[in-house]
Amino acid sequence: MDGPFLIALGLIASGDPALTDIIALSLKVTLTAVSIGCLIGLPLGAGLALAQFPCRGAIVVAFNALMGLPPVVAGLLVYLMLSRSGPLGDLALLFTPTAMVIAQAILILPIVISLTRSVVEDLWAEYREQLRSLGAGRLRAVPTLLWDGRVSLVTGILAGFGRASAEVGAVLIVGGNIAGHTRTMTTAITLETSRGSLGLAVALGIILLLITLSLNAAAWGLAQSARGRLG
Amino acid sequence: MKVDKVIAPAQSILPLQLRAVGYSVGKTRLLDGIDLTVRAGKRLVVMGPNGAGKSLLLRLCHGLIAPTSGSVSWQTQDPRPAAQAMVLQRPVVLRRSVRANLDYPLALAGYARAARDEMVQKTLARFGLIALAERPARLLSGGEQQRLALARAWALRPQVLFLDEPSAALDPSATRAIEDLIGQFSAEGITIVMTSHDLFQARRLAQDIAFLHRGRLIEHGPAAQFFDAPQTPQARDFLGGALIW
Repeated sequence: MDGPFLIALGLIASGDPALTDIIALSLKVTLTAVSIGCLIGLPLGAGLALAQFPCRGAIVVAFNALMGLPPVVAGLLVYLMLSRSGPLGDLALLFTPTAMVIAQAILILPIVISLTRSVVEDLWAEYREQLRSLGAGRLRAVPTLLWDGRVSLVTGILAGFGRASAEVGAVLIVGGNIAGHTRTMTTAITLETSRGSLGLAVALGIILLLITLSLNAAAWGLAQSARGRLG
Repeated sequence: MKVDKVIAPAQSILPLQLRAVGYSVGKTRLLDGIDLTVRAGKRLVVMGPNGAGKSLLLRLCHGLIAPTSGSVSWQTQDPRPAAQAMVLQRPVVLRRSVRANLDYPLALAGYARAARDEMVQKTLARFGLIALAERPARLLSGGEQQRLALARAWALRPQVLFLDEPSAALDPSATRAIEDLIGQFSAEGITIVMTSHDLFQARRLAQDIAFLHRGRLIEHGPAAQFFDAPQTPQARDFLGGALIW
């Protein structure tokens, strides 16, 4: 019998449908989760940077801490919400890709919020008087600061994407690793490894590494070129 | 939908009157008992040693900060009229093109796209920035960034322009260019209120002088009178180079 690496390369080279389905689902879930995370996290993070209210410090600390939220705990929370007896049980979302998106969005959200807050806060310190002079109030400053911080923000969002695509705990709990339905790269690796079917596991591992690598390359390249182009 | 604003000769927002204006941070009084009237059409240079409160005075006039005592009032009773602009000591240019930097405050002011494009184009031409229009503003030289900052303020059609040390960090030729622009603004009827620590620059540009010392306005009058016959010992020392703070 061939070694797992040869089998893996064979699967990748032949574009094995089981493999491509799993990759496609993983990317779809994570991309959706990242989009939702940005949609909510960017304005919220910027708001947190500019707003002044009591307990602001506590909220900042809480979101910073949540960046380290263990994926299995996030999965457990979503499971409790979506399970039959949970408050959102009637939606019948448990063990669907939607549930996985929700769980991953919860993992990504604190990263996007904390990163955005820190980037926008720094920019605000620099821009504050100038923007006020030009006629922009706090609210109007939000899109301006997000746009001027775009390079740092995109780099951070890619990090969030990396975290979500690499985690296994949350999607395993709320997705259930159902073949052809909720099986992602990480859950498939877990299962195939425990079954001793290492070829598919290694193939997925290689793809996952490549995705992480290209994301980091993209982030680095983007930051480099932006430094040259935007100053 | 945005309504196209018409650029009509608006009501004059000047004179600007400061009455007994003070500004304190904690127990430290940085400005105290300032009475000053800024009249239309003049070039007023605010002078004084470092830490006298020159920047603070300009930011109070411009409305960036509110006085802790006394009042700042415009002719129109508007708390912060739109027809006034300021170039900060260290102007921030946004991380976007020169064109976008000029467009930004006009968009904030509510001008419609077509009017903005026209005004931006006019401003680019007026300030010799057409060749730089698509360049990222952050990559311009110090002199070019300062020219952009002046252009951005001018594009807002201010009746009064506050300039905080407009040439502090520039070499002599860039300083000369900025001074020429200030002279042209003045000739166009824009009232200038600027700070300068440079006596020669003040002599070249000032029609009126306001002299600040330790947060108090101790002389205010025509420039010639100030330079030829200063009334206070502090001003005499300052002009003689003896007064540092």
